Amino acid sequence: MGAGHRHELYLPGDSPVHRLPPQCKLLAVLAFAIVVVATPREAFWAFGLYAVLLAAVAAVARVPAGHVVRRMAIEVPFVLFAFLIPVIGMGERVSVLGLSLSAPGLWAAWNILAKATLGVVASILLAATTEPRVVLLGAQRLRLPSLLVQIAMFMLRYLDVIVGEMRRMRVARESRGFAARDVRQIPVIARSAGALFIRSYERGERVHLAMLSRGYTGSMPIIDEMSASVVQWASALALPAAALAVLGCAL
Amino acid sequence: MTVTPVSPASSETVNSLEVSRLAYAYPDGTQALFGVDLAIGRGERVALLGPNGAGKTTLVMHLNGILTPGHGSVTVGGVPVRKDTLKDIRQRVGLVFQDPDDQLFMPTVRDDVAFGPANAGLRGAELDRVVTGALARVGMLDFAGRPPHHLSFGQRRRVAVATVLAMEPEILVLDEPSSNLDPAARRELAEILRSLDVTVLMVTHDLPYALELCERSLILSGGVIAADGPTRELLADEELLAEHRLELPFGFAIPSL
Repeated sequence: MGAGHRHELYLPGDSPVHRLPPQCKLLAVLAFAIVVVATPREAFWAFGLYAVLLAAVAAVARVPAGHVVRRMAIEVPFVLFAFLIPVIGMGERVSVLGLSLSAPGLWAAWNILAKATLGVVASILLAATTEPRVVLLGAQRLRLPSLLVQIAMFMLRYLDVIVGEMRRMRVARESRGFAARDVRQIPVIARSAGALFIRSYERGERVHLAMLSRGYTGSMPIIDEMSASVVQWASALALPAAALAVLGCAL
Repeated sequence: MTVTPVSPASSETVNSLEVSRLAYAYPDGTQALFGVDLAIGRGERVALLGPNGAGKTTLVMHLNGILTPGHGSVTVGGVPVRKDTLKDIRQRVGLVFQDPDDQLFMPTVRDDVAFGPANAGLRGAELDRVVTGALARVGMLDFAGRPPHHLSFGQRRRVAVATVLAMEPEILVLDEPSSNLDPAARRELAEILRSLDVTVLMVTHDLPYALELCERSLILSGGVIAADGPTRELLADEELLAEHRLELPFGFAIPSL
């Protein structure tokens, strides 16, 4: 499953964007998102320019539009919510295609849609050009709390193992004639989940022993020295800088 | 022999591993070891045989200080296993666990092999050299960039061996090295182990594998060393094996020299 995710999001390549150190890209995406969120919702043309900026990054990274669009499915729940707001919103009503909608609601929906979409596309571009483990190296490099980074790292590594264990337990259940039909089967599923938890917990203990055996003292050693040059920082931060310039004009 | 000065072993006469009068009871009171005595010389390959529940794993846990002796002592290359020597000891004892998924916890093979040496403070080119060397010794150099969960079981076990080889241990301790391996993977691992120039202690109940790889064997049974001698002689003694719940597989005859 984890492996599947890797192939789903990451698009192997050797573009200038792929080659940037992850810490630069992480910070660039974060800064870009902050600028986007800070933009007043009335500045339609600013959002248009942001989209053009992202399209330019995608072009440099050679990430095809289809790749980005398909992965935007993650945004769907927010979109549905955004569509609901004008319908249930209060205040001044306007008539659109025969529907009576709330004007403040429309503004709120536009605000959510535009900003979320830009944020999601920026993240997809980050994920398409950076392997998950490298993203974590970048996070480590940016001195994010090391415990959180380690937890994410182990999740990445053991997701496959745990999903495999879950699958074996399901096969074992089903080969003895079990089929989850209705609520009466919930206790069985719950017990399986409990067993899975205990197995994972015990594996965690064994992994910890293995780590201790190789001299682990509480922090992950930095294996790859990935220092970023000024040029790399500058090229990564060009995206939020350009967005900031747009924002400056919009204000 | 039990009181050894804390100094790195320099002469060839120091044994890789010395265990003397080691006894241990689990916190719940179950006594697992009742006074184990053994010594393994530098460069030896020794098999530790014993039925399930004989205390093999408990003994292994003492070798790098995961458990601390209730009574007696463990000395590795002249350094006693104590709270204050743990860091040093863990560098000297390379433990290869039974399930490689427990041992390979980093995102790629290369990172995993680098974990131990990086904890010991190696960086940059020197770290690369150690990692490349260890992977080359187990024939897994081409897989350095791969995530461990994309490898076959046999490959994972070989990488697990590389992770501890990278620490240049005094002694390599393998827990059931042949478990879950198909015959080809089993043979490949045997070839690798034979090619290594380190002391090996192999914990197993796979008697043919012990015979194939180790000149000498110990039988651990009921928490004590019940026999110690050339593997060939121990395995030929049917009475001894039966007494300790060990059996050669059906149809297996000890090949003549």
